[in-house]
Amino acid sequence: MKKKYTFGWDQGVTAFLAITVVVGSFVSEYFANFDNLSFVIQDIAEIAIIALAMTYLIIAGEIDLSVASILSLTSATIGFLFRNGTSFEMAIVGGLLVGLLCGLLNGYLVTVVGLPSLAVTIGTLALFRGLCYALLGNEPVNELPENWIVLGYENIPGTFLPWSTIPLAILAAIAWIVLHYTRIGRWTFAIGINPEAAKFSGIPVARMKLGLFAMTGLMSGVAGVVYTLRFASASPDGAVGFELSVIAAVLFGGVAIAGGIGTLWGVLAAVLSLGAIRSVLQLIDFSANALLVVSGALLLISVVVPRAIEIYQSRRKSAFVTKI
Amino acid sequence: MIKKLAKVAAAAIVGALVATAVTPASAAVPGIKTGLKIAIMPKAVNIGYFTAWDKGAQKACKEIGAKCTYLGPTEATGPAQVQFINKVIQQKYDVLVISAADQNAIVPSLKKAKAAGITVVTSDADVAAASASSRVVSVLPAASDRIGTAEVDWIAEAVGKKGSIAVLSASATAANQNAWIAAMGPYLTKKYPNMSWVGGTVEKSTFYGDDDATKSTAQFAAILSQYPDVAGIISPTTVGVLAAAIEKKAKNAKVKVTGLGLPSQMAPYIEDGTVEKVGLWNPIDLGYVAVYAAARAESGTFKGTVGSSFLAGKKTYKVTKGGVVFLGDPFTFTKSNIATFKAIY
Repeated sequence: MKKKYTFGWDQGVTAFLAITVVVGSFVSEYFANFDNLSFVIQDIAEIAIIALAMTYLIIAGEIDLSVASILSLTSATIGFLFRNGTSFEMAIVGGLLVGLLCGLLNGYLVTVVGLPSLAVTIGTLALFRGLCYALLGNEPVNELPENWIVLGYENIPGTFLPWSTIPLAILAAIAWIVLHYTRIGRWTFAIGINPEAAKFSGIPVARMKLGLFAMTGLMSGVAGVVYTLRFASASPDGAVGFELSVIAAVLFGGVAIAGGIGTLWGVLAAVLSLGAIRSVLQLIDFSANALLVVSGALLLISVVVPRAIEIYQSRRKSAFVTKI
Repeated sequence: MIKKLAKVAAAAIVGALVATAVTPASAAVPGIKTGLKIAIMPKAVNIGYFTAWDKGAQKACKEIGAKCTYLGPTEATGPAQVQFINKVIQQKYDVLVISAADQNAIVPSLKKAKAAGITVVTSDADVAAASASSRVVSVLPAASDRIGTAEVDWIAEAVGKKGSIAVLSASATAANQNAWIAAMGPYLTKKYPNMSWVGGTVEKSTFYGDDDATKSTAQFAAILSQYPDVAGIISPTTVGVLAAAIEKKAKNAKVKVTGLGLPSQMAPYIEDGTVEKVGLWNPIDLGYVAVYAAARAESGTFKGTVGSSFLAGKKTYKVTKGGVVFLGDPFTFTKSNIATFKAIY
């Protein structure tokens, strides 16, 4: 019964994406072309990369609200190291390490100390953001090497795809294969459906969760690198509020907030839908505030509709029983 | 008699037809293509200063027969502006006149716009000096150090040349405010030895209100609570100085306030004595001159090279070092002249 429902949601999101693209091309003459697709991919690249890891985390029954702060802290670290004389390549490595450490901190507090992830990550959201200001003060770092910045805003030569498509595509492919075709993926679902049963069947639940938090931190770090290159600067106030878009995309993609259900394609389709809607609304001169309303609306739909379907299905079942 | 009237009528009709044929429907300016599609982008759309800036831009647009659209984000950050710059590229505008919310974050998108054939001119706030190639010229009010030092003079006058002062700025990434603040530090030390910065240096005494009324109010309160003996606050942004004036009046604070204020917004606080003096250049002129510079560059008659000059309306402006065009010195507004200026902008 549950599997059938997941399958339906997946198709729903894909249909939604298709409808958005079709309606978008009618509503604005500037929407359906490769240049715009390039902009849309750039617009959602960071959100998509973080959403890959967040999918696993939410399926496993946890959540991480500090991802935007980790993204910004990675960016701030890159800026800080580069400003103080490190080579840019080593600064990137340093930034990714910081992302990983942030994830490990979140994981430690949840799995070892035993605190609820919602509370922990609200706290680390503030902590990591504060560290950004501690590293950079109020001065963003702006003299980044030109050959790296080019990767942030240019397309792969000869195509309409921005350079950020490469890490996104590779990570998405790996995430998809691991989630649906390997033991780690199956363990993730098992932990989400019933953590106690999972533990008793030999799955190392605590270690898995620690790993998932660490991976979320690392992916936020990768997104931080992409973000730094895209805006050619490292500033302490970057990506504020991104975590909402990430979670909205993951939930809209069919991952249940309670855990145990979800597909990676659903999340990717949801991220693309978010980008497409934002693009269409921008091009028809919708107010900037409306974009926020849309993200919020999609989030609500993703939470309300599954519950509504559940209620409808259980009513149908009971109606059938009374008929007999 | 009727025949005579008919002749006069015929002559009048012919005359009118000839007149409409000779004067074009939109009076164009020589050297500028008509029908240009121009995007006017402020740091954020909900700020009164930029509404005045746009007024000047629209006036120039009408004179040159261009189609101008005012568009931008609701928060004055680089990433928010980038989304709108992408929209300008997508919607195939010819020209972009922009006040940079972040001197670095928007540079890659401006380069993209330039590569797509759009003529870019910054006005009011420029991009970082190292990225000057991403725009043709920058139209700025007056030399940065003159704006910064003038504000120090105003606060010194208000506090009687002694005491400690702080700065309530816009966002930490804004090139214009940062340049003005940088000029304030050494000038205060040199000219007013009996005055000091609350935090020791001007960098440590600067608080950021992000051009947001709520945040600026909170930062004003923060200055007062951290440094209760502060004698004066300089706010080099219209949003900040207005927030400071409102809060000063509400809390009946003793601290003196000055900065860059829009006369129409600051008039009640100058008239009732909450603030003694503010200053500003005319943002209407900034918008007006910027549109002319951009339109001429797009039409190929102005290259923006240092030393070259161009005509905007009736005045000629010259391009100085770094591709910057300066408008002139700021005006100051006090009780004596606020009544005149509050009606204009």
